[in-house]
Amino acid sequence: MPVISIEHLVKTFGAVRALDGLDLRVEAGEVHGFLGPNGAGKSTTIRVLLGLLRRDAGEVRVLDADPWRDAVALHRRLAYVPGDVSLWPNLSGGEAIDLFGALRGGLDRRRRDELLERFVLDPTKKCRAYSKGNRQKVAIVAALATPVELYVLDEPTSGLDPLMEAVFQDEVRQLAHSGATVLLSSHVLAEVEALCDRVSIIREGRTVESGTLTELRHLARTTVTVQTARPLTGVEALPGVHEVRAVDGRTSLEVEPAHLDTLLAHLVGFGVTALTSAPPTLEELFLRHYGDASANGHRAGAGAR
Amino acid sequence: MNGLAGTGRLTRLALRRDRIRLALWVLGTPLLGLALAASVTGIYPDDSSRLGYARTSASSVVARAFNGPIVGPDLGAVVVAETYVTLALLVALLSTFAVVRHTRQNEETGRAELLGAAVVGRYALLAAALLVVVGANVVTAVLLALGFVASGLPVAGSVAAALAIGGVGVAFTAVAAVTAQLSVTSRGANALAAAGVGVAFVLRAAGDVLGRQTDDGLRVESAWPSWLSPIGWGNQVRAFGGERWWVHALPVALLAAAVALAVLLAGRRDLGAGLFAARRGPARAASGLLGPAGLVWRLHRGALLGWAVAVAVLGFSMGVAADEVNDMVGENPAAAEAIAQLGGGANLVDAFLAAMLGLFALTIGAYVVQALLRTRGDETDGLLEAILATAVDRIRWLTTQVLGAILGAAALLLLAGAATGLGYGVVAGDPLGRTASLGGAALLRLPALLVVAGVVTLLVGLAPRWSVALSWSALIGFLLLGQLGAVLDLPQVALDLSPYTHVPSVPAVDVAVPPLVALTGVAALLLAAGLAGFRHRDVPS
Repeated sequence: MPVISIEHLVKTFGAVRALDGLDLRVEAGEVHGFLGPNGAGKSTTIRVLLGLLRRDAGEVRVLDADPWRDAVALHRRLAYVPGDVSLWPNLSGGEAIDLFGALRGGLDRRRRDELLERFVLDPTKKCRAYSKGNRQKVAIVAALATPVELYVLDEPTSGLDPLMEAVFQDEVRQLAHSGATVLLSSHVLAEVEALCDRVSIIREGRTVESGTLTELRHLARTTVTVQTARPLTGVEALPGVHEVRAVDGRTSLEVEPAHLDTLLAHLVGFGVTALTSAPPTLEELFLRHYGDASANGHRAGAGAR
Repeated sequence: MNGLAGTGRLTRLALRRDRIRLALWVLGTPLLGLALAASVTGIYPDDSSRLGYARTSASSVVARAFNGPIVGPDLGAVVVAETYVTLALLVALLSTFAVVRHTRQNEETGRAELLGAAVVGRYALLAAALLVVVGANVVTAVLLALGFVASGLPVAGSVAAALAIGGVGVAFTAVAAVTAQLSVTSRGANALAAAGVGVAFVLRAAGDVLGRQTDDGLRVESAWPSWLSPIGWGNQVRAFGGERWWVHALPVALLAAAVALAVLLAGRRDLGAGLFAARRGPARAASGLLGPAGLVWRLHRGALLGWAVAVAVLGFSMGVAADEVNDMVGENPAAAEAIAQLGGGANLVDAFLAAMLGLFALTIGAYVVQALLRTRGDETDGLLEAILATAVDRIRWLTTQVLGAILGAAALLLLAGAATGLGYGVVAGDPLGRTASLGGAALLRLPALLVVAGVVTLLVGLAPRWSVALSWSALIGFLLLGQLGAVLDLPQVALDLSPYTHVPSVPAVDVAVPPLVALTGVAALLLAAGLAGFRHRDVPS
């Protein structure tokens, strides 16, 4: 039984189709990365999952409940960190944390104090005096100190320093260890790589890729640079080979994993003197999925479309 | 000068940001002045009525406290007595809020940081704010002077009176320029400057009450406290009563001193910092805070306390004034008719008291609107989203906000009525009985406020994007229907649109139950529709 299951979700705002048949499946106990360029519909999806926005079409189940109809009961079992944390300016950070905890149905006070210490957050400051990073810490502490089954985190670390980022990753790992499920929307690819079991990439309101990082890597092309004794010819005609360029007497090209073997067999005939091959970096993987315009001019960008 | 680099651009930016506000201010203030002046001219058309007015105004403690020192029986002097304090308070508050809006608020929101990193001097924001606000006061004064002259008043007195009002604006521009340096929040800076306006009003009232009536009985010479008040300075100009032009130098001198002080403070403090350190709060929440109701109380108690002090002081003063209504307007049928139109009934004192309670109910409507629109403010800030993602039911959340606003309004109504009764009882006898009876009479206005709460809830639930503009428009519409409807002879159908029309004007008339029940029923329908809309709509939307 998946913790989150979305099928063909559609949400429109007037003439704008923000979500256009989106699918998402998050299994119990996994940390799921939720990725996509700005405006792809990540926050809209999360708001539908929380029962804040009403879906126009599609199936949405969270913890086996309808998030719109059973919102209150469902919210007792999840905690949410919004991307842009806004707080009550005249309450202290400690008061805001306790208030969120109480509104969610109670928080673990020992855990709260422990988290305050780990995140080096002064709870006596008024919320209006907090920086963006500190406001985010308030929301993170309030969420993580609540023992629930599902944590929905919308770009939770965008204002945190690297030290706090490390503390955050450690805490999320512990959550996963204790059996909780985490949906993590993030632009920090290192964080996604470090934490997530599986990722879903969405674009323009649709899921374009979903799977483990290894699976995703496997779908992407390998960059090969080769130097040969005799002039290299005929590679453009090989199946699965793209972006062939001559650089300083060498040839650089991209090849789909399934056709690597054919390519190597072809190369041998020209007397290979040097050869490097690089698997796609995570960066390249995402850039391929993030938008057409930026991908075209990019070195690693040409997709397998 | 380096510190002023970019002032021109920032001034144009401020003018662009405030083009509508400034236009309303600069045109609206003179128009209000003219409308008041015209009504005064209608009520006191001849010399004998004005002589009577001047004599009572000079001897009446209440008239001195609220209208300032009368300077003679000329029409212009009567117009000044009837309009000056209102206009002075208006421009004082407008100037205060405008200065803070263009200085401290920019720092609070972080805009000043963005600007300060560009080629913009340390004092440019302050200088731009001062240019715009002083400019607005100058234009207002010029238009007001033209208006007075156009309505037939002597030129010298018109110019002096208009400059006096402009001078009050300039003086509080100066005050706000300093308070904006002191407090970290724009709310705090506004509150400090508004408290300054209050102190100036009280000092002036005290000085004028303690003043001496001249031997001819038609003038008041104020005591020294009036000279400590920028609002008092405008009276000391004595427009239409032997003008003292040099007094106009006082606000200008205050502005110069305040600018020097503000520049000194701004030059020593960090951007975004104040002179008062930000206070700390408790590390843990008290158990009383941990729920929707506790939160509502915590968020509204400050505003509620401020409102309570204001309605208590005003109510008590109005109660004291009520005893003099017979003396002041007894011989003047036009004024008596104006009060009777507002309050209704035959007894002039009861009509006056009923009219005051009606005004309180309208004013407290503003509390209800402001308290309920906080939900919409939280929504645009993104806070409501975080709240509704917790295990709080939407209906329960909004119901708590509505109940909080209604209970606050009921408490304020009761306090306003009781304070009025106490003030009247102190001068006319039976303070306890009158406190109770007028407190009860005021509470009878609650159904109208329930309708106001219903309208705001309906808008928040069904038309969130328009809720702020439409809620205030509705309240202002009710105000205009109540104040101008009878004067302008509007048809009853139009008057019936305002819930305030249907509240029986107790104590001037007897209690009638059916309209109260009907109003409560309408309010219940509006609330139910608003709650249902809120339950079924997207958040945020």
